[in-house]
Amino acid sequence: MIHEKDITEDALLKILETVTDPEVPVLSIIDLGIVRKIEISASGSLQVFITPTYTGCPAMDVIKTNIRLVLLENGFNNAEIKTVLSPVWTTDWMTKTGKQKLRDYGIAPPNIKQQVCTLEAFQKDEAVQCPHCNSYHTHLVSRFGSTPCKALYKCDDCLEPFDYFKCH
Amino acid sequence: MSVASHTKNNLQSDQPINYSTTQLLNYTTHLADNTLILAQRSSAWCGHGPILEQDIAITNISLDILGQARNFYQYAAQLINQSTNQPINCSTIQPATEDALAYHRDSREFKNCLLVEQENGDWGKTILRLFLFSSYQYLLYEKLQHSNDGQLAAIAAKALKEVAYHVRWSSEWVIRLGDGTGESHQRMVNAIDELWPYIDELFINAGYEEALLEDNIAVDVSALKEKWFEKILPVFNEATLQAPQNMFAKTGGKQGIHSEQLGYILAEMQFMQRAYPNSTW
Ligand SMILES: [Zn+2]
Repeated sequence: MIHEKDITEDALLKILETVTDPEVPVLSIIDLGIVRKIEISASGSLQVFITPTYTGCPAMDVIKTNIRLVLLENGFNNAEIKTVLSPVWTTDWMTKTGKQKLRDYGIAPPNIKQQVCTLEAFQKDEAVQCPHCNSYHTHLVSRFGSTPCKALYKCDDCLEPFDYFKCH
Repeated sequence: MSVASHTKNNLQSDQPINYSTTQLLNYTTHLADNTLILAQRSSAWCGHGPILEQDIAITNISLDILGQARNFYQYAAQLINQSTNQPINCSTIQPATEDALAYHRDSREFKNCLLVEQENGDWGKTILRLFLFSSYQYLLYEKLQHSNDGQLAAIAAKALKEVAYHVRWSSEWVIRLGDGTGESHQRMVNAIDELWPYIDELFINAGYEEALLEDNIAVDVSALKEKWFEKILPVFNEATLQAPQNMFAKTGGKQGIHSEQLGYILAEMQFMQRAYPNSTW
C-alpha cells in the first residue's frame, strides 16, 4: 500500500493509465486527454479532475466509477473525482500514442483540425484516411457510428467499413 | 460557504452583484428544462426513425441535448445546495440532485419554452422544431459562452459545436422535405403553421433573464431575433418554404404556464420516480 502523502503525480498517472474508455477500450483516459489535473493536498487528500469529450458522453459515469475503483485498490480511500468543462476538450488533447493506438485498433483517429464546423447544409464530408489501407478514397456512411463520438465510414478502395473518431 | 461567496467564485470579474441566487437558479433551470424536454421529445423517435442511419442520428442528437440538460441541472442543484439563506422556489428536498430536479418537480415549476414541448407530429414537424430551436440555441450559446458566470459559459462553450451539427443536420432535412415531393412540402407547410405561434416566446426575456442582463450573466434573447431570421430564412428559401407573417404568439412556458402537452410528457417521464421514489437501476 502506498501512503497517500508520499505519492508523486507521475505514480498517480501510471495508476490512471490503467483506466480505459469503456467505449474504446484500447485508449486509456490519459491517451484520451480527459484527465485535466491531479491535486494532492498537504493532508494527503486527492482530487482528480476530468473533462468529457462530448456533452452527452454516456461513458463519463462509468469512467468516474472506474477511476474511484482503481484508486481504492491503491489505497486512496477518499479520492474526489470532479468534472470540469472548461477549457473545452478538443482532439488536440488526445496524445500521439492515443492516435496511434486507435489506428492500430482499426479506428481512424481524429483529423488534426476539424474540416467541417460551420452551419452550412450539405457540406463536403471530411476526408478521412482508411485505417486499414491508408487510402483517402473513403466516404461517410453515417455521422454517428457505434457510439456518439464515432462516425461510420467506408473505404472505396479496400471496401472495409470503419469507425472514425470524430474531430471536435 | 455563503451564497454570495459562492456566486463570486463563478464570476469572472469583480463587479458588484446585482441579482439574487434565485434569479440565477431560475435562469439555469430554464436552460435545463428547455434541453430536457426537447431531448425527451426527440428521443421518442428511437426505434421509429424513417431509416436506420437517421434513427441513430436523432437518437444521438437527443443524447447530446440530454447531456446539456444534465450539465445545467447539476449546476442548478449545486446552487440550491449551496444556498443557505434564500428561499428557493423548488419543491425538491435537500440535497438537490440533477435527478430530483428532473423527476420531482411539477409542470408549474418547469420553465421551458412552449416550442420544445409541442407534440412530435410527423418526422417533418420534429425536424422543423429541432431546426428552429437549434438555430436559436446556437445564437444563444454563442453569447452565453462569454457569460460572466463561469459555469454557464463553460456549458455553452462545450455544447456549441454539437449544436452547430444539429442545425446542419436538421436544415438539410428541412430543405430535403420542403423542396421534396408535393406531400412532403405540404407537411412542412403544415408544420410551420403549427409551430410558428411558439417562436416569439424564444425572444422575450423573462423576469429572471432581465435581472441577469446587467451583470452579463444571461443573454439578451430579444437581441437574437433578427439574427435568427437571417439564419433560418435562407434555409426556408432553399426549401421553397415561407415564414408566416403576424401570427398570434403563445407564451407562458418560461413562467411555468404550459400547454397540456407538458403534463403528458412529465407523466411518462416521471412515472417511475413518482411511483418508486429514489429507485435506481
Ligand atoms: Zn481501405
